[in-house]
Amino acid sequence: MANWQWFHRLGSPKWLTGTMDRWLPWILGGGVALLLLSSIWGLAFTPPDYKQGNSFRIIYIHVPTAVVALAAYYVMAIAGAVSIIWRMKVADMALRAVAPVGAALTFLALVTGAIWGKPTWGAYWVWQDARLTSMLILFFLYLGIMALYDAYQNRDNGSRAAAIMALVGTVNIPIIYKSVDWWASLHQPASIKFTEETTIASEMLQPLMLAIPAMYLFFIAAVMLQMRVQIARSEKRSQWLQELARTRQQK
Amino acid sequence: MAAEINSEKPVFAIFIALFRRDLKVYFRYRGSWLNPLIFVLLVITLFTLGIGPDPAVLASHTAGILWVVALLGILLSMDALFRADYDDGSLEQLMLSADPLYLAILAKVFAHWLVTGLPIVLATPLYALMLNIPAQALPMLAIGLFIGTGVLSFIGAIGAALTVSLRSGGLLIALLTLPLYVPVIIFGSQFVQSAIEGWSTMPSLSMLAGLLIGAMALAPLAIIGGLRLSIDG
Repeated sequence: MANWQWFHRLGSPKWLTGTMDRWLPWILGGGVALLLLSSIWGLAFTPPDYKQGNSFRIIYIHVPTAVVALAAYYVMAIAGAVSIIWRMKVADMALRAVAPVGAALTFLALVTGAIWGKPTWGAYWVWQDARLTSMLILFFLYLGIMALYDAYQNRDNGSRAAAIMALVGTVNIPIIYKSVDWWASLHQPASIKFTEETTIASEMLQPLMLAIPAMYLFFIAAVMLQMRVQIARSEKRSQWLQELARTRQQK
Repeated sequence: MAAEINSEKPVFAIFIALFRRDLKVYFRYRGSWLNPLIFVLLVITLFTLGIGPDPAVLASHTAGILWVVALLGILLSMDALFRADYDDGSLEQLMLSADPLYLAILAKVFAHWLVTGLPIVLATPLYALMLNIPAQALPMLAIGLFIGTGVLSFIGAIGAALTVSLRSGGLLIALLTLPLYVPVIIFGSQFVQSAIEGWSTMPSLSMLAGLLIGAMALAPLAIIGGLRLSIDG
């Protein structure tokens, strides 16, 4: 018999608040420290690219944000599935906590991509690359889900609607990506091809390998901070939270 | 006793009954099928006024214009799909009944498509006249729109189901479903373009048909989920 206690414990906002309070300083501190470390390493100590010069260094922000932005969507969709299947309140809160963070990361990935595109491709935005267009669509999906739960007066219904929409989006993301890929390759003049990521030199790769986990840690910390807000909003009438707030105030 | 009566009823009874009833309701109000069509023709007119009268320029934009306009026509009519039934409580009765909901949803979406999507498809010769589409591309164009508007209806119905309990559903449906329309727009306009230029239309036609089958199988699940929460609230 598998031990499901950890799963049931996750369902308790009180337990979660205590655990998050204990973990948050470490995760946030670790994330920020690793981000600083990988940025300094990437910006100052890696050799410049022979073709792109120094402009390639933006990958140490761009790639981690893009990777985590996509992963965040799946985290959100899994939270949505848990909320639909088990009606867990905490899963609803997680969905609402992840959505703005994921949207912000997607936005950052788009902006850094555009800044990088200017010196590399000569334009801030090119429609020829399927990844750009799909990231833009992902951004709109995030915004749609946020608009949906905001539109509901009743929090529970808003969360359920957002959960369904998140799952619908999950089915569609691969289809959208493939169709945009096909569309772009039909229109694409062969000149713009961009393969640095696969043929990247190891000196350049090492800081990136550090930056991606750093961004994940930062993402987890940001979600925890959002999660606190969500717990405070939906549990504001519960006794344990009011007591916690009172003891905090006295300190 | 009641269970016995139910078990003798053919499974498709709910589909046929609801389909007939919805069609009857739609045909009693002329606007339900006429308005989307007028909207589409109007927007095409506005597009041509914006782009300019040059036939060559128009021809190169045809596919995109046609699909975006068809999409908007379907999208704007979507809010009405569950609205009246929600307001008068018959949607709640439908959700409570023992009949298979999947078939009921299928009937509602089909009936809705028949009065919004089909007129847009049948007006294809008119668009051809307005946008200088060569006559030999006409049948293909109609087939593409026929399949594509079906996909649009199913995806739009998800948005309609999720927002039916909200006062201001219209714009929200657009925000939710437009990102999901991307594949339809891509394969649909590719299909139109290849029909006009005389290339093979099979690849994009197969993709459109695949999207329709996928949407028909999966979208009702999300629609049912959306309606359930709208009724509960």
